[in-house]
Amino acid sequence: MSEFALETRNQLVGLFGIVERNVYLTKRYFLWDIAFMVWTIANTLTIVFIARAAHVPPAKENTLATILLVGATIWAFLGIIFEFMTETVAWERWEGTIEYTFMAPLSRLVHLFGQGAFAVLYGLIRATILFFAVAAFIGIHTPNANYSAALALLALASVSFIGVGIMTSVLPLISPEKGAQLGFVCQGVMLVVSGVYYPVSVMPEWMQWIAKISPATYALRGCRNSIVYGTGLVWADVWPLLIIAVLATPIGLAIFRVGERHAKRHGKLKRAG
Amino acid sequence: MSTLAPSTTDLTSRLDRQVPAVEVRDLRKTFRRRDRKAGRFARKRAWPALADVTFTIARGECVAILGQNGSGKSTLVRLLSTLLINDGGEARVFGHDVDREASTIRRLVNRVSVEASFFKKMSASENLSYAARFYGMTPRQTRTAVPEILGQVGFPPERRGESMENLSRGMQQKVALARALLTSPVLLLLDEPTTGLDPRSKLEVQGFIRQVRAEHDATILLCTHDMAEAETLADRVGLLDRGRLLFLEPVEDVKRRFDVETLEQAFFAATGREFVAEEGDSEDDEYREVFG
Repeated sequence: MSEFALETRNQLVGLFGIVERNVYLTKRYFLWDIAFMVWTIANTLTIVFIARAAHVPPAKENTLATILLVGATIWAFLGIIFEFMTETVAWERWEGTIEYTFMAPLSRLVHLFGQGAFAVLYGLIRATILFFAVAAFIGIHTPNANYSAALALLALASVSFIGVGIMTSVLPLISPEKGAQLGFVCQGVMLVVSGVYYPVSVMPEWMQWIAKISPATYALRGCRNSIVYGTGLVWADVWPLLIIAVLATPIGLAIFRVGERHAKRHGKLKRAG
Repeated sequence: MSTLAPSTTDLTSRLDRQVPAVEVRDLRKTFRRRDRKAGRFARKRAWPALADVTFTIARGECVAILGQNGSGKSTLVRLLSTLLINDGGEARVFGHDVDREASTIRRLVNRVSVEASFFKKMSASENLSYAARFYGMTPRQTRTAVPEILGQVGFPPERRGESMENLSRGMQQKVALARALLTSPVLLLLDEPTTGLDPRSKLEVQGFIRQVRAEHDATILLCTHDMAEAETLADRVGLLDRGRLLFLEPVEDVKRRFDVETLEQAFFAATGREFVAEEGDSEDDEYREVFG
């Protein structure tokens, strides 16, 4: 086997290792996950019930409820990705394994992408359960829904979300105490400017400019249109996501490398927060 | 060791036997910390963890570095395992620079620290499999290699599937040794591997280190504050005091040089202070010292 082939093989085995570890841990914390799922459903219901309180004709109410549900589902999906990415460092530091992972011959890209890949898979499962559980509870009808287009768009957006997640995963390296929480601040800000429950056009102009570089803007708009109106994949949503996907991961990785060197220079890798 | 991580075997066979396992020259590492007495908003001051440390370890050698808590032992181990970046000087592992060629070094080095750090909810087998994946070992390989290595360190087979949180400290340390050896490192960094263990577990771990030396092509750097352990396991013993390496010689040479009978007396002769071997988590103590 050539050196390149051997190295590629080893990196792929390492990537599998990251996913496998997360599967082990998810199994161990399964009951906690159910409890968290109940909380997510309850939280989403508080948002979707707003449609009922709007006192509009049933068809409009159904559309409004669907729009709110899509927003809340993507919020939950993004929450899982950011949680897993920021925990790349925070969780391992808490367990004390971080030094063993960081001294292993696994490229940082594979390490972080493995974490992101599991987060996307796990997030998609949870988002699907959430969507259909709330839709059934409220009685939302989606006769025109094009779920495959929505799923494809979400998968495409996930590459960008992983890239942005990599950027935030460096925060616990810089601030062991508060870094993980800052990841959730980034998630919230991203969704606010991306029109999570409303069209981007209702925001001030400067926020609309920020919305243009947020992958969530296109994921939300595309998923909403696919589920409510049955629109398929629209190029206007796809091309910005492709560009952001190509840029976000290298930028995220470069930021993470700077953070990792900072932590190694100042001895912050091991420090318990 | 019958099962080796594939990438490591390949690299090991290509290592030049004439190149020293470890070459450290004028190595410096300084942390900055606030003076506790000066208050929370006081300026940080420099705290030298390693000051111009120079030494060489030949391939296959076992060298012990003695030092009290906060002497710089763990900092040295972290620098050699690419977890810290030095401020000055250089460190090479089998001829590779620890900063510039970190990825190559990571295939050659593994470490056992005073804390057996694991995912507590995962079992010994799962933790070892997870660690082995990073070194290219597939599930098929770990299915045989993990029970084999756990058997070698005397880990009871019926407890392989038990969560780490249910295992005693001694058991966890055995799993930590197994984790390090599973990847077949050619340089093994042992940072207080027996600290906090009961006497029986301590002897078992020491016996296993001897076995590794006898059966495995590994160079060992043992950092400890246990002088008896250093004397029985190492070819040469060094003394690190407040970041400075005072000597690194065979035990008999040390005793002859200071005209003393024990290493404790040698420490006193070299530093003018008593050697206080504090039991406990020296690694964290060192960090508390550094970060205050």
